[in-house]
Amino acid sequence: MHVSSIEEKARKARDKKALYGTDVDLESYESEAKPQEMVASAEDLPDIVTKAALDVGVKLDAESSGSFVQMDQTPVIAKSLYEGVEIMDIATALEKYDFLQDYWFKLVAADADKYTADAAAAPPAGYFIRAKKGMKTTFPVKSCLYLGSSNLNQRVHNLVIAEEGSELHVITGCTTPTHVQRGLHIGVSEFYIQKNARVSFTMIHSWGKEVEVRPRTGITIAEGGSLSNNYILLKPVKTIQTFPTATLAGRGAVASFNSVIYSSMGNIDIGSNVFLDAPETSAESISRVVSVGGEVIARGRMTGRVPGARAHLECVGLLLSEKGRIYSIPELDGQSRDLDMSHEAAVGRISEEELEYLMARGLTSEEATSVIVRGFLDVEIKGLPEDLKQEIKNITQREDLKGAP
Amino acid sequence: MLLRCFIESALIAAKDIILPGHKWIIWLEVMRLLEIEDLSVSIGGKQVLKDFNLRISKGETHALFGPNGTGKTTLLNVIAGIPRYTIDGGRIVFKGKDITHMSMDERARLGIGMAFQRPPAIRGLRLQDLIKIINPEADALSILRKMDFEAFAERDVNRGFSGGEVKRSEMVQLLAQQPDFVMLDEPDSGVDLENIKLIGEAINSLTQKDLRPSLRTKSGVIITHFGHILDYMKADRAHVMLGGSIVCSGNPGEILEQIKRSGYEGCAGCTCPV
Repeated sequence: MHVSSIEEKARKARDKKALYGTDVDLESYESEAKPQEMVASAEDLPDIVTKAALDVGVKLDAESSGSFVQMDQTPVIAKSLYEGVEIMDIATALEKYDFLQDYWFKLVAADADKYTADAAAAPPAGYFIRAKKGMKTTFPVKSCLYLGSSNLNQRVHNLVIAEEGSELHVITGCTTPTHVQRGLHIGVSEFYIQKNARVSFTMIHSWGKEVEVRPRTGITIAEGGSLSNNYILLKPVKTIQTFPTATLAGRGAVASFNSVIYSSMGNIDIGSNVFLDAPETSAESISRVVSVGGEVIARGRMTGRVPGARAHLECVGLLLSEKGRIYSIPELDGQSRDLDMSHEAAVGRISEEELEYLMARGLTSEEATSVIVRGFLDVEIKGLPEDLKQEIKNITQREDLKGAP
Repeated sequence: MLLRCFIESALIAAKDIILPGHKWIIWLEVMRLLEIEDLSVSIGGKQVLKDFNLRISKGETHALFGPNGTGKTTLLNVIAGIPRYTIDGGRIVFKGKDITHMSMDERARLGIGMAFQRPPAIRGLRLQDLIKIINPEADALSILRKMDFEAFAERDVNRGFSGGEVKRSEMVQLLAQQPDFVMLDEPDSGVDLENIKLIGEAINSLTQKDLRPSLRTKSGVIITHFGHILDYMKADRAHVMLGGSIVCSGNPGEILEQIKRSGYEGCAGCTCPV
């Protein structure tokens, strides 16, 4: 009955345009993908996949608590290295656990828009990750969602459950190889962070110039739970629109969103939406945007609904080209007394004083600009294990981030 | 070696009275590092330097005194090549090259270094990384140790630094850069007594004061208001600037004494050679 109600909702919403972002013509993409073969381990993956994963910071052979790889619509690896961390492809998990029906399309509505509807109508593909009660590991679960066929509409639905008192770190790289120019990626993700659980979720996107991306993420955090959500996009993309929504449902829940965007083309509409619904909750959203072209809309919305909630938004942009646009939209919605909510938004250029300072040390104008841009994107992320912090740093420092296209 | 030292010292001492065209002038050209000739500079239509002249030879360190707003920092900024100034006339010659319109980074690579009075903070750039960018060969740790600054290696450059810490950060960067000509804009302001000594030692090292005079090839110019730093470093010559020009030059100790006795204005009519 539940499943049929999801199908029903999806059917009704299949033409429903999203609130934000450019509209994508779903009909122009293939919905069927050639099935891929399961592989036993990361070593058996095609080199092109391993390399693409590496480019988005996912070292599949390095120390981890498990891994998941999906090629097009087929999960090819789903492996856990710890008993307390469960990693499965979602279709298998849904078959195995009836209780998952209570988690499926509960934080993201199947009829939210045409993209969620499309994901709901497709056979389930994606990961199920569960950190069992009290299980703590600082080794991250590494996952790679690989879109390897041109013109494909890749649909993914992930479910993450961090049970009471657990600690879970997940890094996901979503990527296309260079030969895939056109494609669509729809990713529904639902995160359940239970009492006193600690989760970090780091997503690194690297798509092609004609790829459109519509992640749809819902998060709930129970008493004493925390989430550090990090999003990194440094490569060109046609369009992305995402607005993950987190509800701080239990006392003392904490959420922190960090976004690092380097835009050279396309239309990027990113942000986070947090509801502070319990006492002593706090949320922070920091976005750093550099544009040398293309349009970036950086949204941030915080809604404080109980006394004593604390929220801070920070959207800072560097616009380095006439061809770019950064539109920063911080929103604070206070609906209770004794709230502490603030925001800081700035869009500007590189300070001449900083440029001159570095040039006085012998750096050319281009080198100085690149150093300043990389420094600007180097967000201090809290709540991440040291290795993961280093991995993110490597990504932002490795890219050839220039001041002008 | 003694003879060479004697000849060089004599030449340096005599350079102001040797007439152009004299055969020794060839020697002096070799020794000369920086020459500023009739330089006039304005910013936003306001003249800051007027027909300014200064010569600094290899191995010499000069001190600049003068009240606020008299053009000292402008002079250093213009030598460094900061582009917001307008050069109305004259020229700057460094190592025999006319650098008046050269870009900042080219000047830096030619051997000009600068400790800024109020440098900016650079978000996300760690001091130890900047040291490596400035000079990949530099031994970052030993430089940081020299300035008792290891604890700041992983901090963003100048971000949240106190006044004195900023000055040490500047010296660390210059020790990595190893310029042939170092400009120091108030390296002692806001620095406590303990660290003034460290900064003085760093300046001595940058200007090779630890070497015999005949072996020194590096030079410097320092702006200081109070002269405390001169207790810890060696300056060979000092100038007093007023209204965009040098009004008096001479021995640093004597000039400082005269300023203390009769103020900057008193120096305008002083007897020391300009």
